[in-house]
Amino acid sequence: MSSLPEFKINIDREICNVCRRCIRECSFDVLRYDEEKNKIISDDALCVACQRCMEKCPTKAITIDKRPIAFSSHPTWTEEIRRDILAQAETGSAILVSTGCEVRYPSIFDHLLIDACQVTNPAIDPLREPMELTTFIGKKPKMLELREENEEIELMTEITPNLEIKTPITIAHMSYGALSLNAHKSLARGAKMVGTVMGTGEGGLHKDLYPLADSIVVQVASGRFGVHREYLNIAAGIEIKIGQGAKPGIGGHLPGRKVSEAISETRMIPTGTDALSPAPHHDIYSIEDLSRLIYALKEATRYEKPVFVKIAAVHNSAPIASGIVRAGADAVVLDGNMGGTGASPKVIRDHLGIPIEIAIAVVDERLREEGIRNEASIIASGGIRSAADVAKAIALGADAVAIGTAALIALGCRVCKRCFTGKCSWGIATQDPNLVKRLDPEIGAQRVANLINAWSIELKEILGALGLNSIESLRGNRERLRGIGLDHTMLEILDVEPVGR
Amino acid sequence: MCGIGGILSKHGKLIEAKKIITLMDTMNYRYNGLGGGFSGYGIYPKYKELYALHILYRDEIAKERLEESLKDEKIIIYKEEEIPTRNIKEIPKEMLSWRYFVDTHEDVKNKDDYIVDLVMGINQAENGAFVCSSGKNMGVFKATGYPKDVARLFKVDKYKGHIWLGHGRFPTNTPGWWGGAHPFNILDWSVVHNGEISSYGINRRYLETWGYKCTLLTDTEVVAYLCDLLVRRHKLPLKIAAEVLTPDFWKHTKRMSEKERKLLKVIRMTYGSAMLNGPFGIIVANRNSMMGLNDRIKLRPLIAAETEDFSYLASEEAAIMSICSNPDKIWAPKAGEPVIARVLKNE
Repeated sequence: MSSLPEFKINIDREICNVCRRCIRECSFDVLRYDEEKNKIISDDALCVACQRCMEKCPTKAITIDKRPIAFSSHPTWTEEIRRDILAQAETGSAILVSTGCEVRYPSIFDHLLIDACQVTNPAIDPLREPMELTTFIGKKPKMLELREENEEIELMTEITPNLEIKTPITIAHMSYGALSLNAHKSLARGAKMVGTVMGTGEGGLHKDLYPLADSIVVQVASGRFGVHREYLNIAAGIEIKIGQGAKPGIGGHLPGRKVSEAISETRMIPTGTDALSPAPHHDIYSIEDLSRLIYALKEATRYEKPVFVKIAAVHNSAPIASGIVRAGADAVVLDGNMGGTGASPKVIRDHLGIPIEIAIAVVDERLREEGIRNEASIIASGGIRSAADVAKAIALGADAVAIGTAALIALGCRVCKRCFTGKCSWGIATQDPNLVKRLDPEIGAQRVANLINAWSIELKEILGALGLNSIESLRGNRERLRGIGLDHTMLEILDVEPVGR
Repeated sequence: MCGIGGILSKHGKLIEAKKIITLMDTMNYRYNGLGGGFSGYGIYPKYKELYALHILYRDEIAKERLEESLKDEKIIIYKEEEIPTRNIKEIPKEMLSWRYFVDTHEDVKNKDDYIVDLVMGINQAENGAFVCSSGKNMGVFKATGYPKDVARLFKVDKYKGHIWLGHGRFPTNTPGWWGGAHPFNILDWSVVHNGEISSYGINRRYLETWGYKCTLLTDTEVVAYLCDLLVRRHKLPLKIAAEVLTPDFWKHTKRMSEKERKLLKVIRMTYGSAMLNGPFGIIVANRNSMMGLNDRIKLRPLIAAETEDFSYLASEEAAIMSICSNPDKIWAPKAGEPVIARVLKNE
């Protein structure tokens, strides 16, 4: 942050009754009370536009504006670049940011259009006809062997455990530590309400959430925080995190001040110590090592849980994913470059990795070419903003998607991009008990469930318009997508025809 | 809109083709003259052990080119001849049609797979040659025209078979050309289809992982390949293959036994990409059975009828009545539920 304020807080003195609620609500210490003048005074330089004061003001006296600053215009030395340089000249450090990539790379989702039925194939009304979204995540048999005996059909093929979800929308892994306990509870309960799963992230699973474990996929990341036998065995599935779209090749760092008693217990580290997740797993330096961890986890859970491996979408995702599948993973989770984060160096977040759309397309195609598409599911995450993105991701070849930022917005996140400060005024990305209690897990759960339900309804509408009544028929059905304004090579990589063809 | 029809003789008696021609002609208003065709089983008893390749050629050059390349294949051609045709004004002969009765060399391990690969290779090469059927003791006759004219063109009325399928086309998705007319065939499997396969994109990609190449610019061909894959290669019973193509809705599985439910779940998990979606009525046949199938919410018509000797399927009741005025049973099959008729014995 440069010392030049980005926002301007306007308080309408006519209607402000100086109740000072805004001061209590602001977790960034922007506002104070001037006794002499009997006025609320703001230090705009500290404001992050989290909108908390504005929304909680009983008289609605507060508005927040973009503070107009005339940076003399320059095409190369943009305002953002100048602000960054000024800040770095002061601090001498990498710029830390939260949330997803802020560089405007062309969104491929926004250049894909979905087909619809007219005349020759009737559209289906999802309110009248069944519309199926049930999805199975995990390894499937390549073919079935059946034996017919006296009209009875016996299944001879052994089936590996799959995760059954009622909608192809899951909640991405975000750790307890980065998020508050109430945020974790909201996401887990919300997931359960709609029959999907949420991911624990790498911070372990708080005991309060154990009863919801059948809707939870637990994560094993490079820090191995909170990983123990029960943690693995109560979960619906296990995810090994290799990388994250927002910060490929970068580890994690939960500062000691956030490591409270409860986090210390859940993560199994001393209170107040920094929780460092190394960039690589220090027991995984190759694909062989990954395979050993996959099977170690399967052994530890008696082969009853699907094991997923999450990687950031990078240039070489296709062969990497193929290796992961051959190493025994039941699903590959691809996290695109628009994926969110609690904290990442800006330069990493904004410049490393590739878009999720491309990663889905090339990984799905590669696994098909190699005849191993049935061996693992593909879960896509990183910048999924709407039901349209979900439909497009699935048509490109994903089995399911995971949403992170969208789920947090449902909880009340205003995308002020200050998760790393731990001061989240909405009680989501903070460990301050006074802030955490602002988020009611009951209400939060309902809001998350509402969002996923709403998207599921929209997904059914899209299926109906496509004349399909089951998500299986959209999955990998790129024939129903058309590209607009995409170049020839991009279309070829996506294996999608241009509009008009 | 298209029209489809099928007749099967339960006792394997040979049926004169004029039956299916009449049945198809009854639904003439369903077609627009841009495609018609027939598939007859039991029509080549003299060569019943040999694969009958029906090949359409764009011209003499394409024919010479293909015949030259067939010399490098591991097949023996026992007989080759032009498929007899009439000159009719309704259908200009835009293609040459030939048939070859062949077998593979002794050292070919899986003869069926070899023939499938051969057919896929020829059709994919797009060298002006197109294999329109490749089964034993059966053949497909098709062209751009009304079914009755296609029948006249190929003298279909001269053949007798124990199963017949017919199709009249009103294309809306893909161009009308001889190869694009129905039935579609691979080995013994023939398919006629009314409607649209809206899941085509994923069905095609799924089939590609099993080595099939979809080259005919028409969604229907995936049905033939899926039948070949599921029944011949995966050895699934026909009714299970039907369950793969049009699975029960999840909500209906509540009524099933635990065992049935598990089986259905496993079928959908394994074969989700083979599921057919979109509005369709289809009839598929192989050497001893015929199956009618509608999409899961019955968006296309399909009527079934039976007598002691015959099973009938058609888009319309009137079509069946035109050749069988008093069937023992006539009904509209339920959405997604297959009607399977079998030849109990072959004469």
